[in-house]
Amino acid sequence: MAAPVTSRTVTLEINGEQVELEVPVRRLLVHFIRDDLGLTGTHIGCDTGNCGACTVHVDGEAVKSCMMLAVQADGAKISTVEGLAADGELTALQRSFNEHHALQCGYCTPGMLMSATALLARNPHPLEEDVRVAIQGNICRCTGYVNIVEAVVAVGGNA
Amino acid sequence: MLLREVEYARPATIEEAISVLAAYEGARPLAGGQTLVNVMKARAAAPDVLVDLADLDELRTIGFSAEGMLEIGAMVTYAQLMGSSEVDVARAILAEVAATIGDVQVRNRGTVGGNVCVSDPTNHLPVLLAALDATFTIRGQRGERSVSADEFFLGVYMTAVGEGELLTKVNVPPSAGAGDGFAGLTIGVHGTYVVNAAATVFGDMARVAIGCVAASPVRATTMEERLAGGDYSDDTVRAAAEGLGASLDPPSDVHGSGEYRRHLAEVSAVRAVLQAAARRK
Ligand SMILES: Cc1cc2nc3c(=O)[nH]c(=O)nc-3n(C[C@H](O)[C@H](O)[C@H](O)COP(=O)(O)OP(=O)(O)OC[C@H]3O[C@@H](n4cnc5c(N)ncnc54)[C@H](O)[C@@H]3O)c2cc1C
Ligand code: FES
Ligand code: FES
Repeated sequence: MAAPVTSRTVTLEINGEQVELEVPVRRLLVHFIRDDLGLTGTHIGCDTGNCGACTVHVDGEAVKSCMMLAVQADGAKISTVEGLAADGELTALQRSFNEHHALQCGYCTPGMLMSATALLARNPHPLEEDVRVAIQGNICRCTGYVNIVEAVVAVGGNA
Repeated sequence: MLLREVEYARPATIEEAISVLAAYEGARPLAGGQTLVNVMKARAAAPDVLVDLADLDELRTIGFSAEGMLEIGAMVTYAQLMGSSEVDVARAILAEVAATIGDVQVRNRGTVGGNVCVSDPTNHLPVLLAALDATFTIRGQRGERSVSADEFFLGVYMTAVGEGELLTKVNVPPSAGAGDGFAGLTIGVHGTYVVNAAATVFGDMARVAIGCVAASPVRATTMEERLAGGDYSDDTVRAAAEGLGASLDPPSDVHGSGEYRRHLAEVSAVRAVLQAAARRK
């Protein structure tokens, strides 16, 4: 029987890099990413699972990293907003956010980009309705969403 | 947010999970974490040991029993329900309702087992599974048992799953020509329900369950009796729902008064039955 532990060594891949680190069980994945790995692109908005600012990909799926323990991600492949332009070149989605003025304060942007990136991987040519469903878990207090939706739709060519 | 210190085990088999749950007081299963991690932040729950079910592949499958029951593993996510051809063939309403729970991120992590074990009266699945006449398979050190929805949902956060036990699967009868409906009022498009109702109509029989009006789903038995006979015209269904609201004692909160919920219960029940009747094959 696997005896319970209060800390555990997690081995995972983040933005293509292998990481191995011992973490306390109570450490949230978002704190692991921001504080232990120094990847502060992933934001904490509400810390209650409602705003989506902390959205990252775990094994290719968008999840809110404030509702996951770091130990749950043991063995997973994670990508964060830093992984999008890892080679220094903005993705089509990031360029589109720029062109469509899809951000103001930028607080929600990392989460929006990760949710939209997951959508585009599944559905490269989304309609407005698809985009609205995909970012339903992401709150933006500035833009009113219109430009964000336009930016994502434009990437798929349905603008 | 900083959580209270907690221990963690990630068993590789169901047997091992059950023995850890039984061996440690204050041990609790961790499924998708979409409720549990939040209630731990709020210190509304303070488990001492989290038993992560993530590696129990057996709990992630959707299949059919020898008798043709649709068997949904407790760790099946909402996203998995939405993409399952078995669910689509046997009971498509499950996928349809799962697609309206929370948001994409919650649907990627949240599980069927977690949804019913939380037994939050506003959750989508308890009321639906009560209407579909689902049964729940629970495993513990003394073996396995199956209970009905009426026996499963005991109250908020309280189910028939006892200490040291695990819900392993939810069994749903295939529709076999029955029609299913789901209706209610949400806060926002895909938000939490203020009141919801689920119905299934097969031949001249109907099952109707109402959610958000009590600690667990309430069967609208009088309405069901009045509908026996197989007339599902608008007028008959409306007449059958009369008095349903008055038979309930729903809570009042910021989203609606008890009185308003009584009204919504009747409206939701009528809509769910009409939808179910229209979908019969
Ligand atoms: C922003 C947001 C919006 C949401 N909106 C909705 C909504 O509209 N409708 C809705 O229905 N839900 C909603 N939820 C809740 C969500 O569906 C949760 O996923 C669900 O309530 C719990 O499932 P989980 O897999 O995350 O379970 P967890 O949070 O991991 O566990 C919940 C509880 O169930 C127990 N448990 C889990 N699995 C088992 C098992 N196999 N055997 C025994 N006990 C078990 C755990 O010990 C724990 O006590 C929302 C959540 C969030 C964060
Ligand atoms: S910080 Fe995770 S959802 Fe708001
Ligand atoms: S740009 Fe400010 S919250 Fe979205």
